[in-house]
Amino acid sequence: MTLSTEDVQKVAKLARLKLTPDEVEQFAGQLGHILGYVEMLNEVDTDNVQPMAHAADVTNVFRSDEVQASLPRETALENAPKTDGKYFLVPQILEGS
Amino acid sequence: MNHYKSASEQLAQLQSGETTSVELVQQHLGRIEAVDGNVNAFLEVCSDSALQQAEEIDRQRAAGEKVGRLAGIPIAIKDNICVEGWKASCASKMLENFTSVYDSHVIEKLKAAGAVLVGRTNLDEFAMGSSCENSAFQQTNNPWDLERAPGGSSGGSAAAVAAGMVPLALGSDTGGSIRQPASFCGVVGMKPTYGRVSRYGLVAFASSLDQIGPFARNVADAALLLESVWGHDRRDSTSVDVPTSSLSDQLEEPLKGLKIGIVPEHFSNGLDDEVRDKTEQAIESYRSQGATIQEVELPYAKYGVAAYYIIAPSEASSNLSRYDGIHYGHRASSDGNMSLADLYEASRGEGFGPEVKRRIMLGAYALSSGYYDAYYLKALKVRRLIAEDYQKAFQDVDVILSPTSPTPAFKLGELVDDPLKMYLNDIYTIGANLAGIPGISISAGQTASGLPVGVQLLAPAFEEAKLFRAARMYESANSESRLTPAM
Repeated sequence: MTLSTEDVQKVAKLARLKLTPDEVEQFAGQLGHILGYVEMLNEVDTDNVQPMAHAADVTNVFRSDEVQASLPRETALENAPKTDGKYFLVPQILEGS
Repeated sequence: MNHYKSASEQLAQLQSGETTSVELVQQHLGRIEAVDGNVNAFLEVCSDSALQQAEEIDRQRAAGEKVGRLAGIPIAIKDNICVEGWKASCASKMLENFTSVYDSHVIEKLKAAGAVLVGRTNLDEFAMGSSCENSAFQQTNNPWDLERAPGGSSGGSAAAVAAGMVPLALGSDTGGSIRQPASFCGVVGMKPTYGRVSRYGLVAFASSLDQIGPFARNVADAALLLESVWGHDRRDSTSVDVPTSSLSDQLEEPLKGLKIGIVPEHFSNGLDDEVRDKTEQAIESYRSQGATIQEVELPYAKYGVAAYYIIAPSEASSNLSRYDGIHYGHRASSDGNMSLADLYEASRGEGFGPEVKRRIMLGAYALSSGYYDAYYLKALKVRRLIAEDYQKAFQDVDVILSPTSPTPAFKLGELVDDPLKMYLNDIYTIGANLAGIPGISISAGQTASGLPVGVQLLAPAFEEAKLFRAARMYESANSESRLTPAM
């Protein structure tokens, strides 16, 4: 199993990861190697097997619909890299405004 | 010297008035000062707050107030578990400056039990790794041989307990991250049934696999710590509301007619000779105590690592998408021309280390359009077959015994360039996470060169009491199972 550098760049884009050219090169080899190993799963007959997404046998766990205290605004903003004290600040996303 | 006394022995000393919590904490801080320059288990030691907590416990004791079960006992916390007011870096540049604004459920429980939080321990970045070599900040060394890995990802917690810096520590286990470092460092490490311990406040890696669990130097202490942190928590919707029975009360009662399952394939290729010998000696020890040994089949176990390295990275790629440089965590410096997407990519590219990027990429690939069915869905189906293997096996036996890791602690640097070989370290531990069942690693002696060897026991879901009693049977008959490194 080999992964091309284009494949790696495409996945990096999906994952919103900026990679250096060295990393792209390295991951193409390593991810290909790992995916090659993982191909052994194809030996297993999984017709009529239900996928198992979770180990705990619990579904639809709801809390009662009651208003509860949540983090105060200043606490929620405490770790923000950029804030005006009220909001998280991001680069401009609309043109011309 | 108190630093190699068990938590239970230390509690007895506190209760009898032979020592105070302040003295105890000072002794452990002294021990950290003396040895952690070589071991590097701690990312941060919080001496002041620990001593304050200890003083408060001493005051409560002196005043005859009711104190918790761990009152005055020092404990270390893996740095992916949130403690209010402490950093929670996950050993990542991404969270280097992140300070927790609330306590995890387990930390609330520990504080209520009176445990004294001593500091944050090192790990592989975001708990991804088997050697602590993926930490962005420091390399933890194995107290038994400083040139070797302590295991991972909870290597800091394991090393801190092994070197007498704390009697107890918390770790997290997603594919073996408690049990493997426990075996490398010669301590007890335990992963509870999925859902037993709330994940509220544990930084998510792979949510369907992550569980918090105890490190200790003996089985009784591990049981005591688990009892102190488990229980239902409505803030974690996968926390199960199943009654917890006391583990400590029946611990000393041997299990009559104990049936132990062994899997022949576990003893075949890839297993280190000395690890095989120690595992076989452990089996003999059980046999001499009247246990029956029976072969069981886990035909799909060999696909465990492959299924895991699709499922865990897929969940990680989703979980770690929260690190966008906006709400918290590392943000790349930006100029006016940078778009929001550029900022995400740059922040993540700078903040994450190589292994984390590798797993995010692997997960994003497996979940991407056109590959989802072939990889992710396929892995989930194989996961069910693996879980069913265990259910069938446990119809015939009480516990399954195997090595914890195929080798003793490996040399630092030995596997860093070969991720797949590193992943194969988890071959015996990963099944428990996929199936959600509890497992424990206990020391089973040392190799000729003095490295600890661990043996793993697995039990059916929610059968922690049986698991601990079985582990204690071995420990009580094998004094060498309680090891301390010369340092």
